[in-house]
Amino acid sequence: MILGLNYLRTINKILIERWKGMKLENLTFKGGVHVPHNKEMTEKKALEYAKEPSIVYIPLHQHTGAPCEPLVKVGDNVKVGQKIGESQAFVSAPIHSSVSGTVKNITTITTPTGINAKCVVIESDGANQMDEGIQPKGSLDNLSSKEIIQIIKESGITGMGGAGFPTHVKLSPPPDKKIDTVIINGAECEPFLTSDHRIMLEMPEKVVFGLKAIMKALNVERGFIGIENNKMDAVDALKAVIKDEDNINIVTLKTKYPQGDEKRLINAVTGRMVPSGGLPMDVSCVVNNVSTAKAIAEAILEGKPVYERVVTVTGNGVNEPKNLIVKIGTPFQEVIDQAGGFNGAPGKVIMGGPMMGLSQFTTDVPVIKGSGGILVLTEEEALAEKVSPCIKCGKCLEACPVFLQPLYISAYALKSNLQGAERYGALDCVECGSCSFVCPAKRPLVESIRFAKREILAKRKKS
Amino acid sequence: MEGKVLNTTKTDSVVPDHMLIVSSSPHLRSNESVKKIMLDVVIALIPAIIGAVYFFGLNALKLILISVASAIFFEAAIQKLLKKEVSISDYSAVITGILLAFNLPANAPWWIPVFGSGFAIIIVKQLFGGLGSNFMNPALAARAVLLASWPNIMSNYVLPGADAVTGATPLAIMKFGGADAGASATVAQAGAELPALMDMFIGNIGGAIGETSAALLLIGAVYLMIRKVINWKTPVFYVATTAIMLLVLGVEADQLMYHILGGGLILGAFFMATDYASAPVTSLGQIIFGLGAGALTALIRVKGGFPEGVSYSILLMNVASPLIEKFTSPKIFGRAK
Repeated sequence: MILGLNYLRTINKILIERWKGMKLENLTFKGGVHVPHNKEMTEKKALEYAKEPSIVYIPLHQHTGAPCEPLVKVGDNVKVGQKIGESQAFVSAPIHSSVSGTVKNITTITTPTGINAKCVVIESDGANQMDEGIQPKGSLDNLSSKEIIQIIKESGITGMGGAGFPTHVKLSPPPDKKIDTVIINGAECEPFLTSDHRIMLEMPEKVVFGLKAIMKALNVERGFIGIENNKMDAVDALKAVIKDEDNINIVTLKTKYPQGDEKRLINAVTGRMVPSGGLPMDVSCVVNNVSTAKAIAEAILEGKPVYERVVTVTGNGVNEPKNLIVKIGTPFQEVIDQAGGFNGAPGKVIMGGPMMGLSQFTTDVPVIKGSGGILVLTEEEALAEKVSPCIKCGKCLEACPVFLQPLYISAYALKSNLQGAERYGALDCVECGSCSFVCPAKRPLVESIRFAKREILAKRKKS
Repeated sequence: MEGKVLNTTKTDSVVPDHMLIVSSSPHLRSNESVKKIMLDVVIALIPAIIGAVYFFGLNALKLILISVASAIFFEAAIQKLLKKEVSISDYSAVITGILLAFNLPANAPWWIPVFGSGFAIIIVKQLFGGLGSNFMNPALAARAVLLASWPNIMSNYVLPGADAVTGATPLAIMKFGGADAGASATVAQAGAELPALMDMFIGNIGGAIGETSAALLLIGAVYLMIRKVINWKTPVFYVATTAIMLLVLGVEADQLMYHILGGGLILGAFFMATDYASAPVTSLGQIIFGLGAGALTALIRVKGGFPEGVSYSILLMNVASPLIEKFTSPKIFGRAK
């Protein structure tokens, strides 16, 4: 027993030595594109609380996994942070109320991610009465790994970079997958978005606390925070917080899209390559977003579940771009109004950034846990450009971070030749959109590959 | 909002306030365009055009203009005829016209570029699907047809100078000797000697109007590389392989520079072998294309019946490109192979 412990300590020491010698600056990956940042609109704007919404529309399916069932009925009184939706499935995350008030309706809406989900409509009483359950959970030293994961689960924390995968599932790898590295994703490579940047700058200690909690939950001794080098102020802020930490390192990354893709991030930071079709845990890594780490810190330090989040409201289509702390369930339109409203007729309203964000049919959709940004493009910016034939320039091959040949997958996809698309690796596509971005012929490359992926997977399910 | 929330149980209730544009991501595109790329190629060819006019006189300018004008005319005409969208504003026909003219001797009659452009644009480019779908370089295919149909005209090269004296190209001198230079022996300039290397580099030698000045072509090539329109792989491997193969095949080292600067190698390697549609898109494929074209060029020049082998080498590699591409797919990230 003691021998075993010593053995582990020795390995740990070797590992610590090794990564201390590792390069931690200006790391990157192969492929990708340089996109215009457009972050100057909001990067210097401090976080501010959005106005209290009078009515919130809280979908019961904001995550990857099983939808929640409502725990409240029409007419019930609820408090801030009270659990209002839950599922018995393991891959799911509970939903909490963001206001105190009365449940007016339980209906079905289309969420900004395009899912039809049950939705709890709550009229706020404006008092913001907190749920009694919201209490600090104690210090990390007194919490076990299991307890931390339980707190994360109960707080409804999901991947807040946009993926929406329940965090407690990520932190519960099967026993045969040994995790040795935790990486906090502070790349924020999407143009326009600055929510993670502001969190790192204004609450660096929460980000680091979240990382430590994840490391403790996974029993891992090695943590990194990866940040693109266009946010050096955030790097400095975090470095000041970790100066006494031996196990945590800040890694600066070259500013290149899609550096924030978790497989690219793992590759840049550790040199490891997640196998095709695999997950980060296959190379002993767990990656979590900055906003997720902050949410974990708040869940433990304050007992606060996810009922609000930082949203960057930006783009040339709004008058006063801002970084707002918005309650989950607030309609997009209200958030846009607080950023000075539309600047002229809006062209596109996008949840997320311009590279992978989801364009919305209407602004009558609520902010959900994964809404890191609301981007409004003007009509002129949003109009589709004329598509011309592929000239085989090969720029998409250079841009693809997965080393695919987007022009050929797309050609097969557009002819509905799914076998051809699959043979050229359609399922390995991470849908980052770099190929479509660079294409001089403005061809719908990732758009058609995305279609092929969906069709291939749907066919597999059937057979 | 409650009333306006998309209610999927009743499809008729989907009434957005204002029509937002909805599409699949990405919502941001670079400001690259096909037209810009083609325009860059035209710009890159301008130094060589000026050189051609300087060395070969107004006749060269006339041929270039006729070639470009007829290429544009045929492109518009065939697209009208096939009821396709007319795409002459993308400058691709302009490039074909210039490149074709570059392959002609300065004293070629006016109908040579007209016929050549017609063949390049109608047969090689548009009938195979238009821009991006041509399986061969249109200008080179047209040159091959012209050379096969009118060998006398096409190999009757003019020496630089206003008086348009015909004479042998350096490659022909090396191959056949000065006395009976020219493949068809129509040019017999007794005692022709190899020109000075410096003349070869700047282009003051006999040859097709656009291929003689390595210096001016390289200026354009560097511009294209800086603009990331072409990459270095195919041209560098092409020229290097040609040189090595020539040595292997017994060409003496002091003649090597004449081979590299003398014929159409620089024009071919940097402006023809890099044609997007008819060369591989894969990185390894581009290297193999360069290796293959280089080996073939040396082989034709030394062992073949012609003094020059650049056009046929590139055309042969064009035909092999789909196969090369198939076997040089890059290894996908995270796949063991």
